[in-house]
Amino acid sequence: MSTIRNRVVALGATAIAASLVLAGCAATEETTTEETTSAAAGSTGCEAYAAYMGNEGSEVEIYSTIVSPEADLFMESFVEFEDCTGITINWNGSQEFEAQLPVRVAGGTAPDLAVFPQPGLLAAMVATGQMVAAPTDVADSVAVNYTADWKNYGTVDGVFYAAPLGANVKSFVWYSPKTFADNGWAIPTTWDELLALSQTIADTSDVQPWCVGFGSGEATGWVGTDWMEDIMLRTASAETYDKWVSHDIAFNDPAVVTAISEAGKILKNPEFVGDVASIATTTFQDGGAGIVDGSCAMHRQASFIGGILAGDYAATIVTPEDTTVEGGITTFYFPGVSADNKPALGGGEFVGAFADRPEVAAVQHYLTTPEWANAKAALGGWFSANLGLDTANVADPVNAVAVEILQNATTFRFDASDLMPAAVGAGSFWKEMTAWVAEDKSDAAVLDAIEASWPAN
Amino acid sequence: MKDFAILAARKTPWEIVAPNLTVLVFGLLAFAAVIFLIFILAERASVKAQEWLKYLVFLVPALLLLAIGLIYPAFRTLLLSFMNADSSEFIGFENYIWAFTRPEIVTVMTNTLTWVILVPLASTVIGLSIAYLTDRMKRSSAIKSLIFMPMAISFVGASIIWKFVYDFEPNLKKTDIGLLSAIAKALGFTPPNWLLEVPLNTFLLIVVMIWIQTGFAMVVLGAAMKNIPDEVVEASMLDGATQWRRFLLITIPMIRASIVVVVTTILIGTLKVFDIVRTMTGGNFSTNVIANEMYSQAFRQLNYGTGSALAIILFVAITPIVWYNVRQLRIERSER
Repeated sequence: MSTIRNRVVALGATAIAASLVLAGCAATEETTTEETTSAAAGSTGCEAYAAYMGNEGSEVEIYSTIVSPEADLFMESFVEFEDCTGITINWNGSQEFEAQLPVRVAGGTAPDLAVFPQPGLLAAMVATGQMVAAPTDVADSVAVNYTADWKNYGTVDGVFYAAPLGANVKSFVWYSPKTFADNGWAIPTTWDELLALSQTIADTSDVQPWCVGFGSGEATGWVGTDWMEDIMLRTASAETYDKWVSHDIAFNDPAVVTAISEAGKILKNPEFVGDVASIATTTFQDGGAGIVDGSCAMHRQASFIGGILAGDYAATIVTPEDTTVEGGITTFYFPGVSADNKPALGGGEFVGAFADRPEVAAVQHYLTTPEWANAKAALGGWFSANLGLDTANVADPVNAVAVEILQNATTFRFDASDLMPAAVGAGSFWKEMTAWVAEDKSDAAVLDAIEASWPAN
Repeated sequence: MKDFAILAARKTPWEIVAPNLTVLVFGLLAFAAVIFLIFILAERASVKAQEWLKYLVFLVPALLLLAIGLIYPAFRTLLLSFMNADSSEFIGFENYIWAFTRPEIVTVMTNTLTWVILVPLASTVIGLSIAYLTDRMKRSSAIKSLIFMPMAISFVGASIIWKFVYDFEPNLKKTDIGLLSAIAKALGFTPPNWLLEVPLNTFLLIVVMIWIQTGFAMVVLGAAMKNIPDEVVEASMLDGATQWRRFLLITIPMIRASIVVVVTTILIGTLKVFDIVRTMTGGNFSTNVIANEMYSQAFRQLNYGTGSALAIILFVAITPIVWYNVRQLRIERSER
C-alpha cells in the first residue's frame, strides 16, 4: 500500500514541475490584437479611398512597439479605411519589438509592415535583404508630404524603404507664460538672447534661470546628451552633425568642443542652475517641477514632460498667449544661433514593408497621406511631421507648437545618442555627461573619454 | 473611457479568454495522458525496473531543467566571453584584457572588493552581537522582528527608502527631506550631496546592504546559540568564566560552522549585488560594481563579449567561496 502511495506522490511532484514548465512557455506567447471588419465596400463616403480599392478580403499585419492604449487610437483611425477597402489591418504591438523583429525576419515570419522606432534598426533590416523598397506612389506621396530630411531617414543606400509615421520634438524650452509676463521677460529668438535673458533673470529676480535634472536611474545622463545634441545642431551644420553621428569626425573634434562649451555656459554656470553637481542627482522629473512651483524660469525638455508635470505636479498646460493661469506652463522653441536658423531635434517612426503585395502597398501609401495624419491627430495625443497636418486638428497646445516647429524647421535631425553605437549612445555618452556636471570633469576630458570608448569597427 | 468603448465593440472579454482557455484545456489533457502512460508503464514493469523508474521520474525533470537553465547558459557565456560585441568572431582574451586595464573597470573591481570585505564582516558582527545580547532576554522577539524586517524588503525597495534618507536639496528655498542631512544640520554641519561624495557614497550604499543582511545573520546565529548545550554554559559559569570569556571561548567555537555559513552566504550575495547600485546611483559617481557593469555592458550597450567576460570573472571569484560553503555545511551536518 505504502509503495503505491509513494509512487503517486512522486508522480504528483513531477506533474507540478512539468506544469510549471508548460505555464512558463505559454506566458511568452505574444498577444495579437486583431480586428474584424465588416467589408462594406462601395458604401457612401468611400470615394476618398478609390486609390486603395481592389483588395477586398485581404489582411495586412503591422508590427510595432506601440501597444494599448495608444494602439487603440491607431485601430480607430483605420476603421473607415478598412470598411471601404475591405482590407483588414492587424495591429500587432509588442514592447519586445526591437528584439523580436530580427528573430521574426530570420525565422521567415516577417510582418507585412514594421513600424521602426529609429533608423538604425531599419538599416539592419535592409541589410538582411528581406525588405521591399517603397513603391512609387508611396515615395511620391512622401516627397510631397514630408521634408527631404524625413525622407532621408527612411532611405538606406540611396533606396527609399520606409515612410515616416509619428514624430516627437525635443527642441523645447518649458516656461510659465504668467511668470514671464509678470516680469516682462520676452521670448528669446536667438542663442545669445537666451543667454542674455538667463543673465537678466539671475541679476534682477530671485528666480533661478534654469532647472536641470540629469537623473534617470540607470539611464542617468541622457538629458545631458539631449542638451549637447540640440546645441551641436545649432553651432555646427547639419552635415557636421551627421558626421558626428556616423563618427566621420572624432568625438573630440573642434566642432563638438564648441558645442559642449556653449552648453557649459548654461549647465556649468552656478548663477543659472544653482549647484552644478546636484544636476546629476536631481531626477529629470524633479528638474521639470521647478517651473511649476516657480522656483526656476526655464527648463529644456522634450514634449513628453508636459504629461508628467500635469499628472504628478498639478501643472496646467496652456497656450503661450495665456498669461493668466497660475502654474500654467507651455513651451517656446529652443532658439538657434540666429533667428532664421531653426533646426529641430527629435525622433519619429518609419513604416517599412517586408511583403510585396498590393494591399500592403495600399496601407503603406494610406499612412503617408495628410487625410490619415489629420484623422489620427484629431483623435488626440499624437502628431506627425506631415506637412499637410493642420494644427487645428492637434488639440494639445504643446503638440501644436511641435507641429509648427517641424513644419518650419530648416533642418530636422534625429536624437544622435539613439543613432550612435550603444556603447556610446547608451553608455559612455550618458556616463561622461553625468561626470561632466557631477565631478566637474573638463570639456576636453569628457570628449576624449567618449572618443576612446567608440567601438573600433 | 473612449478607448475602452472601442475595444468592447470589437472584442468581448470571452473572445480574448476563449483561445487561451482552449490551449489550457488541451494542455491539461495532454499532460494527463502522459501521466496515465507513466502509470501504465509503472504497473507493467518488473520490481527491479520499478526501482529504476523511480529514480528516472525523480531525476530527469530536475536534470533537464538544470541542463537548460544552468549548464548550457554557463558554457555559452564562457564561449561568448571570447567573442566580440555581436558574437560574430573570436577575439581571444581581448575582453579579459579590457576588463583588467580600463580605468573605470578597475574602479568597479576596487568597489566590488570593498563591498565584499565590509558587508559580510559588518553584517555578521552586528548580527552576532544582537543574537548574543538577546539570547537569554525576555520578550526579545519584538527586537528581533524589527531587525529581521528589512530582510523582507526587496533590494530595490530598500534602495528607494535609503535614497530618501540620503536625499539632498540643492535649492535653499525648498524643503530638505533627507534624514541624514537633517541629522548633519542638527549637529551643526553643512550637509554635502551625499551620493556625490567619493568615496563616502560607496560606504553609504554598503550600509543599505548591511541593513538588509544583519537580520539574516542574527536569526541563523541566534538559532545556533540555542543549540549550545546548557551543561557547557553552566559548567563555564561554575568555573567562574566572565561573560566576555564565555562569549569568546564557548559561544564562538560552538557556533563556528554557522558563522562560516553566514559569512559565505552574505559574501556570495554581496558579490552579486546589483539592485542597490543600479537603483541609487545607476553606477555613476564611482560607485559601480561588477554585477551592475556586467548588466550594463551586455544589455544596455549590447556588448555580449565584455558582458560575458565580466560574468565569468564574477563566476570564478564566487566558485571557491561556494565550494568552501558547501564543505562547511557538510561538516556541520556530519557533526550532528
